[in-house]
Amino acid sequence: MVYIAAGVPLKNPTILAAGILGTTGASMTRVIQNGAGAVVTKSIGPVPVYGHANPSMITLNADGGKGQTFGYLNAMGLPNPSYGEFTQEIEFAKKNGDAPVIASIFGGDSKDFVAVAEGLMPSKPDAFELNLSCPHAKGYGADIGSQPCHVEEITAAVKNAVDVPVWVKLTPNVANIKDIGLAAQAGGADAVVAINTVRGMVIDIHSGWPVLGNRAGGMSGPAVKPVAVKCVYDLYEALEIPVIGVGGISCYEDMIEMMMAGASAVQIGSAVYESDRIFENIWAGAQQFMKENGYAFDELIGMAHRRK
Amino acid sequence: MAENCQCFSGGFPMNAKIIEIIDETNTGKRTLLFDREFENMNPGNFCMVWIRGVDEIPLGCAYKNGVTFQTVGPATNALFDLKVGDSVGLRGPLGNPFTLPEKGEKVLIISGGIGAAPLAPLAEKSKEIGADVTIILGARSEADLIFEQRFGKTGEVLLTTDDGTKGRKGFVTDILAELDLTKIDKIYVCGPEMMMKFVMKILIEKDALEKAEFSMERYFKCGIGVCGACCIDTLGVRVCKDGPVFKAETLIDSEFGKYHRDASGKRISY
Repeated sequence: MVYIAAGVPLKNPTILAAGILGTTGASMTRVIQNGAGAVVTKSIGPVPVYGHANPSMITLNADGGKGQTFGYLNAMGLPNPSYGEFTQEIEFAKKNGDAPVIASIFGGDSKDFVAVAEGLMPSKPDAFELNLSCPHAKGYGADIGSQPCHVEEITAAVKNAVDVPVWVKLTPNVANIKDIGLAAQAGGADAVVAINTVRGMVIDIHSGWPVLGNRAGGMSGPAVKPVAVKCVYDLYEALEIPVIGVGGISCYEDMIEMMMAGASAVQIGSAVYESDRIFENIWAGAQQFMKENGYAFDELIGMAHRRK
Repeated sequence: MAENCQCFSGGFPMNAKIIEIIDETNTGKRTLLFDREFENMNPGNFCMVWIRGVDEIPLGCAYKNGVTFQTVGPATNALFDLKVGDSVGLRGPLGNPFTLPEKGEKVLIISGGIGAAPLAPLAEKSKEIGADVTIILGARSEADLIFEQRFGKTGEVLLTTDDGTKGRKGFVTDILAELDLTKIDKIYVCGPEMMMKFVMKILIEKDALEKAEFSMERYFKCGIGVCGACCIDTLGVRVCKDGPVFKAETLIDSEFGKYHRDASGKRISY
């Protein structure tokens, strides 16, 4: 069976999320070999960026740092070598992996987005994912992605410039994510991806210093999953286009739940911390679950909406 | 006395106070000992050292409760400015350590410059296990040599300096080229990448590559195997999690000795 998510034929419906293991073509190839149905690259922009000072990612643990990991906080700062340098990485992953490669791109305005998308087109990405949601880069990401008019304009501009599907990744740090999703749909998006990280901060009590180099960042991992499930649920209800669910998925149960909320496919990010075979494990578990319960894949998508 | 720390996943910084500073050389190579120790540290592990307000950098664990570094930039300069009683944030122990030898095995350790930091605890552990340890210890000059006595307590040290101020004049490769490696069971290498590249060349020539492990250095961001900033071509393995210690065969036909990536991900040739 071929799983098609918004115009992209996936090997299976577990996709590597942007910003995770997506800096090099070889790394993305390895993730594909470890079971991902598709990969999304690190977000690529118009000029090289070195990112924020470290610490750029920490785990969040209960009991004052000693207990169980319930999430992650990061602020990488969109490090990337720009599109000119990055085409060779996409080419490598396309040549050596047997799954689609989706290019995550960012910019300060629609001109930037179009320049990056056109610059990457020679490396033949299977789709673009517009990063309108990074919570910790001034003038980029969520700064523009929380305004429906910008989201619609940028989506339309990229759609007009490329001939592959365009997905729009949304921030949960807004009053109403449906408005942003509707703007992406109006701009011609083939799918929305929800959610990016939830704004957060951690302060070191021994010194009073915020831990991240950027002081604040975005939260991911198990603790944000209910936030993501609700966003996906709302978007599924409001939109005609597919929703790709992401946020805190670390086991097959999480994937099934996200699909029941309305996701047509899922992305997995921070959970690679647990195991680099996470894609394979989650998809195997989900298939087993569907088999044991007699569910068809499509039947699961949005099931919670039909339970009332 | 350092307090044992059993509480860390390595993902969140613990507060560690500097209890002793040892100047290993007068050229900016320094050891910091902390009031907390990584009880489960294995030789080859590293930790992320957070100098608050400046940066967080990976440093090889030279002791269960200590790191040894040289000043190379703003973060290590800031670390050098810290005094006894100051504190840092530590995440660790992280990464894949060296494969330890078995009792009675013959071990060759090849150390260049600050590469001695993770190799010194390995030499000590190897001796404790009952392995027969030989160390090729290289540095630019006598003033740059570190851990000569520490290595000396674990086995025979073959000294070399670039300028001949101590030991033999030349490079670690000059000594390695003359050794009979057929009776050596395990070879461990850490030092500047160009040094390691020439070591690898000799190990290939002497058909000894399968006995060798190399400890690699790359730019790290997360340090816990998630972000992908330190992945090396062409296997895509992560230096922070799959490494920093790799079997030599993993590095064959890789970017090793050819290029690395900067913080943006751009390839920089050696």
